[in-house]
Amino acid sequence: MSFLGPAEWQAVALSLRVSLVATLASLPLAIAVAWLLARKRFPGHSLLSGIVHLPLILPPVVTGYLLLQTFGTRGPVGSLLQPLGIVFAFRWTGAALAAAVMSFPLMVRAIRLGFEAVDPRLEQAAATLGASRPAIFLTVTLPLILPALVAGATLGFAKAMGEFGATITFVSNIPGETQTMPTAIYAFLQSPGGDAPAMRLVMISIVIAMGAVILSEMLARRTARK
Amino acid sequence: MSMLDARFTHRFPGLDLDIAFRAPAGITALFGPSGCGKTTTINAIAGLLRPDRGHIALEGCVLFDSDRRVNLPPRARRIGYVFQDARLFPHMTVAANLRYPSRFRRGAARDFDRVVGLLDLGPLLDRRPDTLSGGEKQRTAIGRALLSDPALLVMDEPLAALDRARKDEIMPWLERLRDEVRLPILYVSHSTDEVTRLATTLVLIEAGRVAHAGPLDEALADAAIGPHLGTREVGALVSARIGATEPDGMQRVLTDAGPMLLPPTGLPEGRELRLRILAHEIILAREAPLGLSALNILQAQVTQVQGGFVQLRAGQALLLAQVTERSVAALGLTPGASCHAIVKSAAIVRS
Repeated sequence: MSFLGPAEWQAVALSLRVSLVATLASLPLAIAVAWLLARKRFPGHSLLSGIVHLPLILPPVVTGYLLLQTFGTRGPVGSLLQPLGIVFAFRWTGAALAAAVMSFPLMVRAIRLGFEAVDPRLEQAAATLGASRPAIFLTVTLPLILPALVAGATLGFAKAMGEFGATITFVSNIPGETQTMPTAIYAFLQSPGGDAPAMRLVMISIVIAMGAVILSEMLARRTARK
Repeated sequence: MSMLDARFTHRFPGLDLDIAFRAPAGITALFGPSGCGKTTTINAIAGLLRPDRGHIALEGCVLFDSDRRVNLPPRARRIGYVFQDARLFPHMTVAANLRYPSRFRRGAARDFDRVVGLLDLGPLLDRRPDTLSGGEKQRTAIGRALLSDPALLVMDEPLAALDRARKDEIMPWLERLRDEVRLPILYVSHSTDEVTRLATTLVLIEAGRVAHAGPLDEALADAAIGPHLGTREVGALVSARIGATEPDGMQRVLTDAGPMLLPPTGLPEGRELRLRILAHEIILAREAPLGLSALNILQAQVTQVQGGFVQLRAGQALLLAQVTERSVAALGLTPGASCHAIVKSAAIVRS
């Protein structure tokens, strides 16, 4: 790829890896939380909803700082995970964690709307036809929320690609390890002669964002037709 | 032998349910006004609602027993449920909807070809539910329920959402179901017409209680129970056989209530059929009437009087006539009195 310099290419590849891992790893949890919020009434419902939405409302720097305090090598969770070989601080995995936390509320919101649109009477009908609860979820509920799932994942991926504040606060801006496209653009703009590489990264960002939206619309149309 | 034995109580805001009935083979109609607890009753039987107390058993297998803490989930009850709104899976074709139960119940698909043939679903198999008419949806839903290998079929007003033409389209399929599939059916309805055409047993539900349960024929001819089915719609069912055709085209019909003449029916001589004689289509006279345009005058004897409803025995059959209470008094219509029943019209309900 001659259009991009090695540092820029590194940032693009890292951004894609971080965003994909963040989206795919948090999707099952997002489905579970969306299902809980859409279908169950329990004590602490509002509290769970509030906690899930917190990263959307808090300044990203605050989220990044809280992640650093919790998952840093001396943090309560980070110090427990370190002996197991799982380290987040100043690693690309930390960038993925920050991206996942920041995009989580958007994914949950989109998927929750999907669950709320599924007619529970269809699930009741499936039960009378011999399906167990897990079978009903897999054969009726999940296929019906597929468009919402695709929308939530795309939204989450786009948010992860653009995540800046929490990432730079939590894992800093280390080229090749934690320098994603937004933090790379920021770094280029801070250095003399960085305008041209910054501009190239900006263009790549736009192409990837547009590509993700178009792909998700195509997938949603296909699942709607099915 | 009774196939279904259901007795339970359940408290709702605004309605106390206290239901007890047995359903034999054939179609058992749960009849009553809206909000009386019909749908709740079949939901409890199908396991979609857990009653407060009670006992529900199907062919000797206990589905629910509050004392013994038995409460089988819907999937373990083998009860096919046809909902008023069909509830087909929108992301599957008709064929996939029909085959859905066979994913969970071994042997559920063995009747596929027979059910598809019975309900004429062949031309619909590749279609999606959103392209089906209301009648086609309901036929598919009936097929799907039949293909779940059920021991009992429950139907919640399967015709209520359809217009007149679609109702007439589905009704013959339900009659075939009754006559060809040896499966007990619980049929929820508030339409006297449907119940009269389809049911063999009647369970009358009023304000959460079973007001009457028994064979439909007896209920339709009972002066105390019949009127609950609607004073304008109630009428006795009489078995009959088509006789010779008169030179003017009128057809002789040998009924259990006596010989009658009907306008051309198009049915061949010897055909067995059932006639429905609406209570308000019968006029009563103590003396043999003369100079009447009505052709069918049956000798009868009063057996029961309730308000303006008079039950009569004519030949082998029981009839129900609706007159005014003033006429009951003026004619002295008391049990034992003999009279003449002038039948203005009779409708064929089953042939």
